[in-house]
Amino acid sequence: MSEKYDLIVLGGGPAGISSAIYGSRSRLKTLVLEAKRKTGGQPSTYHDMENYPGVPETNASDLMDNFRTHAEKFGTEFKRGEVKSLEVNGFEKVVKCKKGEEYRAKSVVIATGAEPRKLGIKGEEEFKGKGVSYCATCDADIFTDLDIVVVGNGNSAVEESIYLSKFVNKITMIVIHDEGVMDAEKILQEKAMENEKIEFVWNSVLEEIKGDGIVEKAVVKNIKNGEKSELDCSGVFFFVGRVPSTDFLEGVVDLTEHGYVETTKQMETNQPGVYAVGDVRNKVVRQVITAAGDGATAAVMAQGYIEEEDYWQNHVVNADKPALVAFWSVTDQESMDVISQLEGMELEDKGYKFIKIDTYKNRLISNRYDIEEIPTILKLESGKVDSKLVKPEREEIIELI
Amino acid sequence: MIELNKDNFEEEVLNCEGKVVVDFWSESCDLCMDIMPDVKELAEEFADDFKFAKLDIKGNRRLAIGQKVLGLPSIVFYEDGEKVEHLSGEDLEVEDIRKELETRA
Repeated sequence: MSEKYDLIVLGGGPAGISSAIYGSRSRLKTLVLEAKRKTGGQPSTYHDMENYPGVPETNASDLMDNFRTHAEKFGTEFKRGEVKSLEVNGFEKVVKCKKGEEYRAKSVVIATGAEPRKLGIKGEEEFKGKGVSYCATCDADIFTDLDIVVVGNGNSAVEESIYLSKFVNKITMIVIHDEGVMDAEKILQEKAMENEKIEFVWNSVLEEIKGDGIVEKAVVKNIKNGEKSELDCSGVFFFVGRVPSTDFLEGVVDLTEHGYVETTKQMETNQPGVYAVGDVRNKVVRQVITAAGDGATAAVMAQGYIEEEDYWQNHVVNADKPALVAFWSVTDQESMDVISQLEGMELEDKGYKFIKIDTYKNRLISNRYDIEEIPTILKLESGKVDSKLVKPEREEIIELI
Repeated sequence: MIELNKDNFEEEVLNCEGKVVVDFWSESCDLCMDIMPDVKELAEEFADDFKFAKLDIKGNRRLAIGQKVLGLPSIVFYEDGEKVEHLSGEDLEVEDIRKELETRA
């Protein structure tokens, strides 16, 4: 039998671990599944971390270690496993990993993040570990005093170039835009422009990587005039954006055409009890702090979902007597009147379980039973709808009972 | 696992008859540090078929580049001093190394 949790978080980056901190602190039995040996997600492979509020002096890897320590303090379990599939069977979600492990949970937070985009240019695959790199902190040492090329011009490309400039002899950044235009934030652009080791080739793309066993030359093409030139270099670093890790989610939750998970502002996917947070989610700003914010929101939502669903399962679906469920809202006087009528009918004595659902607070159940108008009364036996009364008269209610 | 450096690399690896596996690593490479314990376990498990060694690229950078290693971690397989396989990349898994060992054992 697979182990059962309240909350399973898929992915141990900042978004996922934030969900876990909030979840386990709210006493949810929480598991984080991380595919890699080391938790921390993307930031764990970066160096500088200058904009995480409240922690002015840190680096990315230390900050991520602290995230984990924080979650463990509240009882979060961490396990290693790459998720192969997610099944949603109502209140039960089943997570299966590539090595066959299986876990069950009431709620799931998808925080699988994104991985470096590969351009698929000639030589990129061939020279992996022989000069082609996607990780500055991993390979900075080896390129000490050598010349390298960096492809990309977003925040990661510029930040990592600045970090690499402490090691290498010279960096040539290949930028697709016009001279002076980069996607990175202004403050980073300025730092790069001032850095004596960083040079730029504008209006250009990398076309091919050449070498005999190791990287020796980068072939660069000017997109304005089509001219090609060769740069001598020992390394090529790619920081050209990321792609979401959502292959296993196709057909399970709604994805955008680029593979990001569609969510509401409350991080809800189209499957009740399944949330998506951080870089895997369809959104614009992708920072550690926004990932953490997503994670907190999802965990709070998950907690509410689990409470409502637990209550519903215990008092309606698995109840030993029929349930009368009245849907109401404080903003609707008629629904309040029906509630007080029902309360005066001694329903418990007549063998009913009486449950009130505030449609404003509990949308999950209201949506599940297509409650469009209030007051509505449902009579359920073992979780199945026996009858439904919309805006009922007193006589109709008496007849139902 | 044998600790390699520029003084013993030739003798232990290039002039060695048989199969040698070299783990190129560095302290600043988190992934290298993470897989090191697993590689040590593999070294014991496959001790009959391979000689296992490791090379800290700190101070041995030229040697690494000479072996066409320009990215960490790198696990390089040698047979009778000839380089026959080079596994590398940030998505390198211990399972990949195991598979290669099983194929070459």
